Amino acid sequence: MRYIDEYRDQELALGLMNRLRAIAQHPWVLMEVCGGQTHTLVRYGIDKLLPAGMEMIHGPGCPVCVTPLEMIDRAIAIAGMPKVILASYGDMMRVPGSNHDLLHARAVGADVRMVYSPLDALEMARQNPEREVVFFAVGFETTAPANAAAVYQARRLGIGNFSLLASHVLVPPALEALLQSEGNRVQGLIAPGHVCSIVGLNAYEKLAKRFAIPIVVGGFEPVDLMEAIVMLTEQLEEGRAVVENQYSRSVRSDGNRNAVQMVESVLEVCDRNWRGMGRIPKSGLRMRAEYRAWDAEYKFAVAKMTVAEPSACLAAEILQGHRKPDGCPAFGRECTPEHPLGAPMVSTEGACSAYYQYRRLAEPAVAMGGLR
Amino acid sequence: MTFCPIAQPANACIVLGHGSGGRMSAELMNEIFLPAFRNAALEERNDQAMVRVPEGRIALSTDSFVVKPLFFPGGNIGELAVYGTVNDLAVGGAIPRFLTAGFILEEGLPMATLRSIVAAMAVAAERCGVSIVTGDTKVVEKGSGDQIFVTTTGVGVVPETVQLSAGSVQVGDRVVLSGSLGDHGITILAQREGMELEGDLKSDAGSLFGLCQAVLQAAPGTHAMRDLTRGGLSSALNEIAASAQVGITVDEATIPVSKTVRGACELFGLDPMYVANEGKMVAFVPELQAEAALRAMQELPEGAAARIVGHVTNRHPGMVTTRTRIGTERILTMLAQDQLPRIC
Repeated sequence: MRYIDEYRDQELALGLMNRLRAIAQHPWVLMEVCGGQTHTLVRYGIDKLLPAGMEMIHGPGCPVCVTPLEMIDRAIAIAGMPKVILASYGDMMRVPGSNHDLLHARAVGADVRMVYSPLDALEMARQNPEREVVFFAVGFETTAPANAAAVYQARRLGIGNFSLLASHVLVPPALEALLQSEGNRVQGLIAPGHVCSIVGLNAYEKLAKRFAIPIVVGGFEPVDLMEAIVMLTEQLEEGRAVVENQYSRSVRSDGNRNAVQMVESVLEVCDRNWRGMGRIPKSGLRMRAEYRAWDAEYKFAVAKMTVAEPSACLAAEILQGHRKPDGCPAFGRECTPEHPLGAPMVSTEGACSAYYQYRRLAEPAVAMGGLR
Repeated sequence: MTFCPIAQPANACIVLGHGSGGRMSAELMNEIFLPAFRNAALEERNDQAMVRVPEGRIALSTDSFVVKPLFFPGGNIGELAVYGTVNDLAVGGAIPRFLTAGFILEEGLPMATLRSIVAAMAVAAERCGVSIVTGDTKVVEKGSGDQIFVTTTGVGVVPETVQLSAGSVQVGDRVVLSGSLGDHGITILAQREGMELEGDLKSDAGSLFGLCQAVLQAAPGTHAMRDLTRGGLSSALNEIAASAQVGITVDEATIPVSKTVRGACELFGLDPMYVANEGKMVAFVPELQAEAALRAMQELPEGAAARIVGHVTNRHPGMVTTRTRIGTERILTMLAQDQLPRIC
């Protein structure tokens, strides 16, 4: 498959690792920001191929993981209201709120449906005029344009029975919070390629300058990540700290202007709680006041539902690289993907979940032949 | 309104009366099931089917089928119900002989739909050399089911010379896979999502009986066989690793996955190792007989793409690992639940 196979090529990967070994003179600590990158890194064991002393810290870039408990509680509350169809991306369905997840809500009678796009949810609203269709809009800058476009379309077409429960988060403010946190160890960042394909490099250039930290915009395949690691190491060894673009097959330096304009016309920046990281100023997107008729938080009066997070999770330590997921005493014991105690275990792209999936002694499998 | 008089066959559909046990049930039997499945045991119409079985141990297996959509490229729920149970018998080294079939029908199911499903079951049964000798039909109210659910139970006979069991898999055994992964699961997913995929992907629903027998003849030392259904290759391997308390290592690069399935998996965020199959199997064969087993599979059309994909090791007992395309090794874990497509 083009644009996939060449980025999983063993020869290329080995070549990059040899190059890295040749140039790396110091025990650099790097962070891959995006959960998709963490997944690839752990799945392919790339961090284990690094020269001794070099280390990868797994960043906060899994939007599912960092969605605050209260937003999931709100989604579940709305799903239980009369006439509502709650539409969501698949991987939000199993993320537990304070008590349950959306799959549980569905099992006890709520109409919860999995969709691949907010436009599918909009179509659902058009076809079911007697129902209220609510789309649970989770994600970083990457999914915001399509969600904004769905609301924009709803207003244009006069579809009043569609609304958005917006829980968008923005990457740069979270990185800023991490980089200025006490005891930060991160010396180089692999920026999230898909986010940058929307917003461009500007925000990352500011970060690079302010924190004097090299940033490489990276893709999601093994060769992408290895190349990004090599590029970061070159910068660090040469004492440079600029933004470079490894993922140039997808990312332009000015991003996607149309997408950004669409987002800005419907959504506005707000403070947001991050599961595992707490409240980060100006780190989220909410619906603009003129779109309130399509804002599920107002329509269903759930904005006041708030909950405090349980404190058992060491997410903050993991996100800052003070601990690896399997160094947490709860890892694989009290805390599993079925019963996550905190953010990095809840979605497949969270760091703890990736470790659980790829780096753990297998649980005894139940032998049940041929059930289906 | 779901009322549709049985006197109008053109738009006839299932009504509650078809499950009453009365005359309408008898009509269903006479007009649909008997003509399709016709065999001596069924025609005696007793409360039980009486059959003769040759010498050997009896293998039993049961399975329920709730697939949606009912019809998909490469098969339908009826064929799955026959092949699924036959395959569970076949991978135990059994010669499948008889099936029972239980139908839960939802009021309003078009009679024509039931007819096509039953006809497909008859063809599949004949292909596998099994007779459907008894069955049952219940009808539930509209909304209490989803058109049709089918449960089949199979009876097979295992010759005394055949001793297959997950627990007897040995260190050094080779893992022989009969073909490409994920064709069934991706076909169903694409149908559900109304997605057009490149190429002519269809479900691999089919009988494994021929393949199993071919393997046993070519490699009589075979220790165990498994069909790959829900949970895909990964679940089958994990079950074996746990039962035999051995480690299994597979090489990702050798595992056949069609271009269409790979593309769809990338798009949906799924891993073909976990996607369902309905006509694929793995055999655990001693190293010296592995090539013979492989060739025996490859000689049959349903095994043309067979490959040796891994081996059994004494490292990491109970665990399955895979060598990734870039040469590192990772766990291939068993999923707790279905895979869910990712956001990004």
